[in-house]
Amino acid sequence: MATTYRTCPASGLQFEAHAEKLMKWNAVVAVLWLLVGGIGALGVIMTRWPAFKLLPADQFYTILTAHGVDMLLLWILHFEMAVLYFASSTLLRCRLATPKMGWLGFWLMVIGGIMTNVAIFQGESSVMFTSYVPMQAAPHFYLGLILVAVGSLIGCGIFMGTLVVAKKDKTYTGSIPMVTFGALTATIIAVFTILSGAGILIPTFLWSVGLIKEIDAQLYRMVWWALGHSSQQINVAAHVSIWYLIPAIVIGAKPLSEKVSRGAFLLYILFLQLASAHHLLSDPGMSAEWKVLNTSYFMYFAVMASMIHGFTVPGAVEAAMRRKGFNNGLFEWLRKAPWGNPAFAGMFISLVSFGFLGGISGVVLGTEQINMLMHNTYYVPGHFHTTVVTGTTLAFMAVTYLLVPTLFRRKMIWPKLCQIQPYLFGIAMSITGLVMMGAGTLGVSRRHWDMAFSGAPFQYEWPGAAYLMMGMTGFFGVITIIGGALWIVLVVGSLLFGEKLDGGVVSDKPTPIPAATPAASASHHGSDHVAVPGTVVLAMALLVAFVLYYYVNWKYLSEVWLLS
Amino acid sequence: MAENDSDIPFMQKLLDNHFLLLVIGVVSPGVIYILWGIIDIMNTPLAK
Amino acid sequence: MSSILPPSNRLWWKESIDKTEWTWIGIAFVWGMIMFVMMIYWHIYGKQNLSNEAYKTTPEMFAAKAEKFIAENTIRKETDQEIPVVKVPAGGDGYLIARLWNWYPILELEKGKEYKIHLSSMDYNHGFSLQPVNINIQVIPGYEHVVKMTPTSTGTFAIVCNEFCGIGHHTMLGRIYVK
Ligand code: HEM
Ligand SMILES: [Cu+2]
Ligand SMILES: [Cu+2]
Repeated sequence: MATTYRTCPASGLQFEAHAEKLMKWNAVVAVLWLLVGGIGALGVIMTRWPAFKLLPADQFYTILTAHGVDMLLLWILHFEMAVLYFASSTLLRCRLATPKMGWLGFWLMVIGGIMTNVAIFQGESSVMFTSYVPMQAAPHFYLGLILVAVGSLIGCGIFMGTLVVAKKDKTYTGSIPMVTFGALTATIIAVFTILSGAGILIPTFLWSVGLIKEIDAQLYRMVWWALGHSSQQINVAAHVSIWYLIPAIVIGAKPLSEKVSRGAFLLYILFLQLASAHHLLSDPGMSAEWKVLNTSYFMYFAVMASMIHGFTVPGAVEAAMRRKGFNNGLFEWLRKAPWGNPAFAGMFISLVSFGFLGGISGVVLGTEQINMLMHNTYYVPGHFHTTVVTGTTLAFMAVTYLLVPTLFRRKMIWPKLCQIQPYLFGIAMSITGLVMMGAGTLGVSRRHWDMAFSGAPFQYEWPGAAYLMMGMTGFFGVITIIGGALWIVLVVGSLLFGEKLDGGVVSDKPTPIPAATPAASASHHGSDHVAVPGTVVLAMALLVAFVLYYYVNWKYLSEVWLLS
Repeated sequence: MAENDSDIPFMQKLLDNHFLLLVIGVVSPGVIYILWGIIDIMNTPLAK
Repeated sequence: MSSILPPSNRLWWKESIDKTEWTWIGIAFVWGMIMFVMMIYWHIYGKQNLSNEAYKTTPEMFAAKAEKFIAENTIRKETDQEIPVVKVPAGGDGYLIARLWNWYPILELEKGKEYKIHLSSMDYNHGFSLQPVNINIQVIPGYEHVVKMTPTSTGTFAIVCNEFCGIGHHTMLGRIYVK
């Protein structure tokens, strides 16, 4: 297919026409799903806020199912498709492999997403996005999800194909860039995820139309979580890539060490998906050996990898800032970082919140025995709103502040509000996540319409602190939603009304990435070798928080009834 | 560069071999999580 | 050179790693090993481990065993629904049915005695959430999970269902007495 290449004058990025269009459409659809899911969030949070209890039970469960599907799958997956096309075609400056297939994948995802939502809002599929058998949804609930999975699998194939194209057309020399390597990691995890998803959703669909008699409930949970949790690991790989991307563009940061960061991604490829076992730690049918080895990502090698990224990403920022002369004391580089740039601010809040809140709580929650304290409590959504929301979603929001001018060629409207948005959203959601975890620590259930148990044969009174936490969840949740709505207004407003920017030169041949001249690579090393004492202090703070919180939970565990 | 790759370390070659990584990344959890998981479930004895 | 460009050093794997980075990698590795060993340690020396004793079953089989247990050990009935309160023999087996939307029956235990509590579901997934102790166990249809429990406190405890099981999920509240 004939195509053209446009070089953005501001960023120097080169966009191939087909890839550009696919990225735009995937991003736009992603934002629309975020909008739907966000409206759902409002219904969910206002119902769980004991003072309001907005929706009746049936609507609550319907909306909660929609919130899970639209946010976790549709918003994230569509955006990730855009990230994959960007990290392959744009960063490697080559044409996108099989753009027609790209559109096929796109439409499958769109149709599948709509189909599943129709099923949910018809009311017969309030089964939560996990749809544990034998609770049954309408057949088109599963069919829609299968289409979404096939569509995203096509996207992964195009990513891999584009890597081949770039190599063949020699648009780069040596190894692919770090960000592309991170996207490759995400793709690999996605392939496993989607294959597992197909492995369980197709039989479930057949069961829902009556062609299969029964699906083992434990087997379903085991295979389903290879989809459900691994898809979160795609997000991790994707947002870590964005953590590398944004400082590279905004302040010219480079990895401290290519070897270390790529090695960490390799550990992700090998072990990250095993953590799907986190969800089955309190299940009857899995052996303790299986649980321990899988939940620990094979002896915590993937946690080690995350701790490495948590060091090298701020380390790269520190090194770049120090090279710019912000060399005073431990933290001048941090104080003088571009906090007014919403892309950078969003990325850094994402990093800190994911590391301190999402990461630590996730590992604690994923400890085999400690899991019994929190399984299915409000702690669980508390944890993952500090991973998939302050981590992934905020990183995606942050990178959008860069994409709107370069990809959509529009200036962001209302720059002052743009500056505030990542703080509003990131901080409010971090607090929301924390108080959700607090309520969960006190035992409050997730996916539960009424913590007063109206209509039950007995009474149980949660401690007053639990009600307080749930109230705070409501309050800060609403602020988060305002922060999210603000982002949607800013992005959509900019796309419609933002000042048009110069698109830059269009050519019908790609301009390859210039090979590093031997002189250049000899004079300054590929990686940044500046001492990063500030990062060391931050990392140590993380470690101390981690160790303390980890052992506090063992202490809690040792105080409950004896179990064996 | 294509003329002579012999000086490239093994690990770098591995990390540049995207399709091999794909295979590794699918097989590893496919065996440790899925396959072992299925074996576990199949080995659950029947209730008396 | 930059995260968005290919590494400028052709042989980037041969670059040396900074000492601070090595140190952090080492710390992360050691901490990971400690966390891994902690789980194994707790299996050997800890007193809160989830039992691995589980069987494949059917709702009918499990209900039959539970009904027999209830018939033999009921000591009184409670609430206007006449829910049996069943005293589990010390050191013996107790059965708890999870179904839409109740936990059946009410169990009575004694502090400091060990019990084998059999859990299973008659229909969907349910969540055994013992409050305010805060022990949470997944209950899955088709599986009989035998959990050994020793209460360490006395009083009236609630079993909240914390796995979504349909419209009556929030009414699914059970009870355990510990004397
Ligand atoms: C914008 C602000 C948001 C608020 C206030 C919010 C609030 C909530 C609350 C309170 C729950 C728990 C309901 C319960 O278990 O009873 C929930 C569930 C969930 N949320 Fe959010 N959320 C927000 C954004 C997001 C985003 C951006 C994502 C994903 C990218 C997300 C993914 C989920 C998922 C997957 C669930 C679990 C649904 C289930 O249990 O089936 N949320 N949300
Ligand atoms: Cu239930
Ligand atoms: Cu329930």
